[in-house]
Amino acid sequence: MSRRRHSDENDGGQAHKRRRTSEPIEIEDRLESLICRVGEKSTSSLESNLEGLAGVLEADLPNYKSKILRILCAVARLLPEKLTVYTTLVGLLNARNYNFGGEFVEAMIRQLKETLKNNLYSEAVYLVRFLSDLVNCHVIAAPSMVAMFENFVSVTQEEDVPQVRSDWFVYVVLSCLPWVGKELYEKKDVEMDRLLSQIEGYLKRRVKTHVPMLQVWTADKPHPQEEYLDCLWAQIQKLKKDRWQERHILRPYIAFDSVLCEALQHNLPPFTPPGHMPDAQYPMPRVIFRVFDYTDAPEGPVMPGSHSVERFVIEENLHCIIKTHWKERKTCAAQLLSYPGKNKIPLNYHIVEVIFGELFQLPSPPHIDVMYTTLLIELCKLQPGSLPQVLAQATEMLYMRLDTMNTTCIDRLINWFSHHLSNFQFRWSWDDWSDCLTVDLEKPKPKFVKEVLEKCMRLSYHQRIVDIVPPTFSALIPADPIFTYKYPDESASSLPGYPMSITVSNAIKNRASNEEILTVLKEVPNPNQEDDDGLFLVSFYLLLHEKFICAVLSFSYTSPFFDYISFSVPPDEGESFNPLKIDVFLQTLLNLAAKSFSHSFSALGKFHEILKTLANSDEGKLHLLKVLYEVWRNHPQMIAVLVDKLIRTQVVDCAAVANWLFSQDMAHEFTRLFIWEILHSTIRKMNKHVQKIQKELEEAKDKLEKQQHKRRDSGDDEDMDKNSEDEEGQLEEQIERLQEKVESAQSEQKNLFLVIFQRFIMLLTEHLVRCETGSVDISTPWYKNGIERLQQIFLMHHATIQQYMGTLENLLFTAELDHHILAVYQQFCALQL
Amino acid sequence: ASQQLDTFSSTALKLSLCSRVGKFDGKKTERQCVAHKIYVKKHIIDIFSVLIFLIVYHKRSPRVGKFTEDILLNFLKFSNFFCHCEQVHELFSKSGDVKRIIIGLDKIKKTACGFCFVEYYTRGDAEHAMRFINGTRLDDRIIRTDWDAGFKEGRQFGRGKSGGQVRDEYRQDYDPARGGYGKLAQQHRPTEVRNSF
Repeated sequence: MSRRRHSDENDGGQAHKRRRTSEPIEIEDRLESLICRVGEKSTSSLESNLEGLAGVLEADLPNYKSKILRILCAVARLLPEKLTVYTTLVGLLNARNYNFGGEFVEAMIRQLKETLKNNLYSEAVYLVRFLSDLVNCHVIAAPSMVAMFENFVSVTQEEDVPQVRSDWFVYVVLSCLPWVGKELYEKKDVEMDRLLSQIEGYLKRRVKTHVPMLQVWTADKPHPQEEYLDCLWAQIQKLKKDRWQERHILRPYIAFDSVLCEALQHNLPPFTPPGHMPDAQYPMPRVIFRVFDYTDAPEGPVMPGSHSVERFVIEENLHCIIKTHWKERKTCAAQLLSYPGKNKIPLNYHIVEVIFGELFQLPSPPHIDVMYTTLLIELCKLQPGSLPQVLAQATEMLYMRLDTMNTTCIDRLINWFSHHLSNFQFRWSWDDWSDCLTVDLEKPKPKFVKEVLEKCMRLSYHQRIVDIVPPTFSALIPADPIFTYKYPDESASSLPGYPMSITVSNAIKNRASNEEILTVLKEVPNPNQEDDDGLFLVSFYLLLHEKFICAVLSFSYTSPFFDYISFSVPPDEGESFNPLKIDVFLQTLLNLAAKSFSHSFSALGKFHEILKTLANSDEGKLHLLKVLYEVWRNHPQMIAVLVDKLIRTQVVDCAAVANWLFSQDMAHEFTRLFIWEILHSTIRKMNKHVQKIQKELEEAKDKLEKQQHKRRDSGDDEDMDKNSEDEEGQLEEQIERLQEKVESAQSEQKNLFLVIFQRFIMLLTEHLVRCETGSVDISTPWYKNGIERLQQIFLMHHATIQQYMGTLENLLFTAELDHHILAVYQQFCALQL
Repeated sequence: ASQQLDTFSSTALKLSLCSRVGKFDGKKTERQCVAHKIYVKKHIIDIFSVLIFLIVYHKRSPRVGKFTEDILLNFLKFSNFFCHCEQVHELFSKSGDVKRIIIGLDKIKKTACGFCFVEYYTRGDAEHAMRFINGTRLDDRIIRTDWDAGFKEGRQFGRGKSGGQVRDEYRQDYDPARGGYGKLAQQHRPTEVRNSF
C-alpha cells in the first residue's frame, strides 16, 4: 500500500471526483485515501473527522465491505503510529454495525497468524497492540484479551525453545500494557496479577549473556544501557505503581465514550501461539539506548524519566514513524517534527536520541546508515533554530564518552559525523576537543578525531582539512594522499629494481603486449633464490609460530585445524614467486596510473593477465597486496578500492586479503578504520558470491522440477518426451555443476572465517600471554580495539557465521581458549538462543 | 598527463563494456550476458552538481584578481568544478558498492565539466543513492541525481554547444567554480567580466 501515492493524488478535488464518477475502482481508492489520511493535520477536529469518516464508511459497507476490511487491517499493520485513531474508528463502526466489528476482529486474527507464520514479528506486535486497544473501544471484551495474553505468557513454560521466542511473546504482552493495562486491571485484576508475576518469574530466570555484546557503552554511567525487556519491565512496574495512569497516548475514543459504551463487545477466538519452528527467525534482543535525561534539556518541558512509561510510548511512536517513512526523508523529518503532543515534551531531544539509538543498534541498524545522516540533515534544515544545537550537544556527549564506547558504534559515529560536517562546510568548534591532543594518540578520543578528519578529507581535499582545523591539531591531520614511488629518479638507482622499472615503464608507455612485458619481467633476478638461508629461516619461523599456537590452543599437530589454515608455505613455490618482479611491475604500473581511480582501474584491467601470473601463489598474492599498500600508504581510500577491484577480478582471493591485513607488515595500521572496512567489505563480497551461486542453483532446481511436472502431465506424446528428457539431462548436469560450485564457494567462505578468527586468536592470545607474564594490565587501547573488532566480525556477519558454528566450536573456540576471547564467542551464541 | 590518458582511456571504455558481464565467472551464455547488460544499464545514475556558495571560492584563491584564462584554469583545477572522482566515489559508496564512475567531460576541451555517471552493482543500492544522496552536499555543492537512460559512447561528454553541461550555457550569474559566467553570457560581456575584479 503506497501512502504517498494517495496523499499526492488527493491534494486537490477529491469531492469533485466523488460527484462525477461512480466507478468502483475510484471509490475504493477514495476510501483508501480517506482512511490513510484521517488523523493528519486538518482544519477540523480529529473527533469530527472520525465521526464523518465512520459515517461515510458505514454507508459504503454494504457494497465495499471486503475492501474496507482489507484497508483497515493494512493500516493496523503498517501505520502503527496512528493506532488509537484507527481503533476509535473501528469502535465507531462496531457501534453502528455489530457484524462488521466481528468480521474485523476475525480478519485481524487471521492476519496475525499469517504474519507470525512469515516471521514478521515487529508487525505482529502492532497487530496485537491494535487488538488490545480495541478493548478500550468496546470492540473486544477484556476477559478474552486477558486469555490471549495468558496464552502468550504460557510460551515461557515451553521447554527446549530458544529464549528469543519466549522473549518475544513476553515483550508483546508488556508492550500492550501502556495502552490497555488500566482497562484490563479494572476488569480482571486477579488474572492480571498472576500474569505479571509469571512474567516477573520468567524475567528473573532469563539468561543475559548477550547484553555486553550489544551495549553501546561498557560503562553504566551516566546512563545504564539496559536490556530491552528489563527496561520495559521497570517501566510497566512504575506504571502499575502509578495506578496505570498514563498521560501521553492520544486517546480519541474518550470523546466518544457515550457512543462506544453502548456497543456490544466481541470475544476473541481462543488463540494459541503457533509452535516453534526450527527456521523461525525471532527478533534479536536489544539494549535501550540513552544519552539524555531531564538535566540535559534545561529549557522547556521536562524530559520523562528513563523508567517512566511515557518514555517508552514516545520512543515507540518515533521508531514507528521512522519505520513507516524511512524511504522519504523529507516526509519522515516533517512527520517526526509534527509528532502529536510535541508541546508537552522536549521533542528535539527525543528525536535525536531515537535516531542515534537506531544508528548505534547492534548488530546492525534497522535501515542503511546513510539514511540517518540525511534524515538528521533534513531535520536540521527544518528546525535550523533549535535542532542543530541539540545535535551538537549530543555529539559532544558522545565524544566525552568515547573511552568506553563500542568500536563498531565509534565507526558509525565517525562516518555519520564526517558526512554531516561535509554538508555544513565543516564548521565545528574543534578547539573544544583539544583535550584529545594531550593524551596518548592510541586512545579513543584522538583516534576518533583522526579518523573523522580522514573521512572529511575523502569528501573534500587535503588542503581544506588543513585550513579548517586549528594548527595545534596537525598531529591528527591525515597525510596528503599522494603516491609514494620507490623508483622516482636517479636517486633510487642503487635499488636492485631501478633499471628494470625504467624498462617496464617504457614498455607500458609504448603499449607493449602482455607477453612482451612478461618476457621483460623474466629478466628480473629473484632475490629469494640467492638467499636460501633466509628462506629457510622464514619457514622455520613459521613452523615455530604454528607450534606456538598449537601449544596455546592445545591441539595435536595432526588436528584437522591445519587443513584450513593457509599459511604462506614457502617451499616448492620459490620458482614462480619472485617478490622483486611483483614489486617492479606493480610499482611502475600504479605510478603511471596514479592520476585517478579510473586510470588505476583500467591499468589493473589491461594488465590483468600479468598480475594473475605474478600472483599465482599465496605468497605472490600477499606480496602484491604489500606493494599496493607501500605505494598508496597515504591514501587508504585508494587501497580499499584497488583491493576491491583485485578481488573482483580474482587476482587475489579473500583469504589472501585477510592474511595480508593481519600480517606483520600491517600491524602498525591494525587499529585504523580503513583496515576493518576493507576486511568487512571482503567478507561481504565473499558472502554475496556464495548467495549468488546458491540462488542460481535454486533456480535450476525449480526449473527441473517444473520440467518433470510438465512431462508427467503431458503423458503420451513420445517426441515431446524425448525432447524434455534431453533438456532434463542438461538441467541435471547444470545442477551438478552448480552444486559443486556452491560447495567450493562455501568451503572458501568457511576458510576465510577460519583464517580471520584464527589470526584474531593468535594476536589476542599473544597479547594476553605477554601481559600475564609481565603482570601488566591487559586492557590497553590496542586490546580494547582488538577484542571489539572480533565482536564486530561476529555481529556484522552473524547470519553467515551461524552456519559454521559447529566447525568454529570444534576447531577454534574450545574450552581451552583464554576466557577473555571465549567470552566473545559465548555472547555471540547467546544472541539467538 | 595527456600521455597517460592516452594509454588508459581507450582501454577504459572497452574494458568496462566487457566487465559488465558478471564478475566471478565468465562462463555465462551469450543471452545471459546481453540480458545482464540491459539490466545493469538501469543502475547508472547521472549526477549534476549545482552551484552554491560562491564566496567560499573567492576567499580561497588570492590570485583571482587578474582574470586571465591561464589563471582561471589554474583556479579551476583547484576548485571542485573538477570534482575529484575520489570524492564522488566516497560519497556514493555510502549507499552501496559502486561499480564504476565516469566523470563527464567537456566535449571540446576533454576536461571535467561537473557531471558524472555512477554505476552500482545492484538496483537496491542505486535506489538508496537516489533517496539519500540526492539533494545532499558534496564539497559545498548540492548533488542532484537522476536515473540515467543508459550509457552510450559519447554520453560521457557534456551536451552543451560549447562543450560543457547544457546548464552552463545559459547561466547568467558568476560562479568561478563553474568557470565564471555561463558560456553565452561570457561571449556577450567579456569586458564586464574583467571589470568585476
